[in-house]
Amino acid sequence: MASIQDIEAEIIEEFELFDDWMQKYEYIIDLGKELAVLDEQYKTEDNLVKGCQSRVWLTSQNTNGSIEFLADSDALITKGIVSLLVRVLSNQAPQAIVDAPLNFIETIGLKAHLSPNRANGLVSMIKKMKAYALANL
Amino acid sequence: MADTQINIEQIRSDFEILNQKVNGHQLVYFDNAASTQKPKVVSAAIADFYNNEYSNIHRGVHHFSELGTEKFEAVRGQVKHFLNAKYLEEIIFTSGTTASINLVADCFARDVLQKGDQVVISHLEHHSNIVPWQMACEKSGAELKVIGMTSSGELDYSDFEKLLNDKVKIIAINHVSNALGTINDIEKIISQAKALNIPVLIDGAQAVAHLKVDIQALGADFYCFSAHKLFGPTGVGVLYGKKEWLERLNPYMGGGDMINEVRFEKTTYNDLPHKFEAGTPNIAGVIGFGKALEYVSQISIENIKQAEAHLLDYATKKLSEIGDLEIKGVSDKKAAVISFVVNGLHPYDIGTLLNQYGIAVRTGHHCTQPIMEYFNISGTVRASFSFYNTTQEIDFFVEKLQKVIQMLK
Ligand SMILES: Cc1ncc(COP(=O)(O)O)c(C=O)c1O
Repeated sequence: MASIQDIEAEIIEEFELFDDWMQKYEYIIDLGKELAVLDEQYKTEDNLVKGCQSRVWLTSQNTNGSIEFLADSDALITKGIVSLLVRVLSNQAPQAIVDAPLNFIETIGLKAHLSPNRANGLVSMIKKMKAYALANL
Repeated sequence: MADTQINIEQIRSDFEILNQKVNGHQLVYFDNAASTQKPKVVSAAIADFYNNEYSNIHRGVHHFSELGTEKFEAVRGQVKHFLNAKYLEEIIFTSGTTASINLVADCFARDVLQKGDQVVISHLEHHSNIVPWQMACEKSGAELKVIGMTSSGELDYSDFEKLLNDKVKIIAINHVSNALGTINDIEKIISQAKALNIPVLIDGAQAVAHLKVDIQALGADFYCFSAHKLFGPTGVGVLYGKKEWLERLNPYMGGGDMINEVRFEKTTYNDLPHKFEAGTPNIAGVIGFGKALEYVSQISIENIKQAEAHLLDYATKKLSEIGDLEIKGVSDKKAAVISFVVNGLHPYDIGTLLNQYGIAVRTGHHCTQPIMEYFNISGTVRASFSFYNTTQEIDFFVEKLQKVIQMLK
């Protein structure tokens, strides 16, 4: 399994191909559309990360020290970013998840989506991912 | 057809921010229901006061304290005139609509409401006109009753009539719905409430920038609004209260300015309006607000109303041509607010992409979750216009909206 740093570098490289915001957002929207739809059984109140603007569902599973995340959102752009975060943090060791700086979000120019003003659930989702990893150290 | 009776270029030059570029595009500001932009005269007056005339008010005998007091109190006079209130002391300065409503709700919980009494609000309220009443009911043991709404986004007036009875101790209703733009028939509500001697509080936050409010003709007991939605600064609001009511209610907050005499055994309170204005007020903000009121009266609410009616009409027609788009709130009496959903698309996605074109709209539940629940949606995209907006901006918005919808499909 590639390391978090490797996957982040890979994503940054992918985004370097885009000339303008439109291509970038089209890609994020596609990622959102492609992300495996979370099974309804996981869309519980417990798994809901409440945002004011969009909602995110997250479930986590620890298999022999490797953590897997499954997630979904009702907004496509949020879902696209969710898919990137899942790609980076899934199937990693708890310590690596806790330590992940997740700088790539800023590098690919999506930092605004992590501002609390957006209230889209992404910040809370990252917190929840890290908290789960921490609890599984 | 000409855009308006007013000189739009002149007006747009009064609002510097309208020249700003966002993401490489000229800003299109369609979030006026959240807050309006400010004409230059407002910030100039605030800067001038801080730079050249600043002092605390109501307390000093020195030059600037007197000058500041005079200027501050003159704005009270302007507000009285703006609302056509009967008495100057009926105008209380607060920090905003929310503060005005909380003041009344809290005083009612303490001085008026008893166990078994009822408070009537509506399904169309902003959270600011729901939660304070829930809190007041919790404190006093009164019960909260809610007037229903209809699918066109109007109040259900027959429901309202059913809720009227002598246990109702106050009715609190918005004049214009922030989420849908509906202009509620508050004349009807007030007159029916009067017949039973029930006081009425009107949340006028969304009304004052769009239509003429004559408080004496209306006969509302309380009327609340925020300066920042009326081209003035943030942190300033107005509570209009009928003199009899303000005299009857005890002070909300204690502190400086609101007292007559302070003794440890017994403090006596100041006269109206100061009785409800404890502490140093937002002096500079109020002075800036005075400039905003002056600006509005120069243009005239009548001209503003006409310009906005044209924008609303124009945008409604254009948006209605977009397939899959549904306007929520279709009352034939509306302020310049259009809330809409596009089949299958999330408002957040639409708002995010419109922002890439420099278009500022609001997305989400607009602090009116009960309305969203009624429509069974998580939120809407809301475009809200002010008289400084243009049909060209609407054209640009509609063109980009179609593009955005395509991207998301
Ligand atoms: C109808 C209505 N009531 C109350 C408020 C609250 O106003 P403020 O936040 O200025 O106190 C708003 C503002 O969004 C509103 O639209």
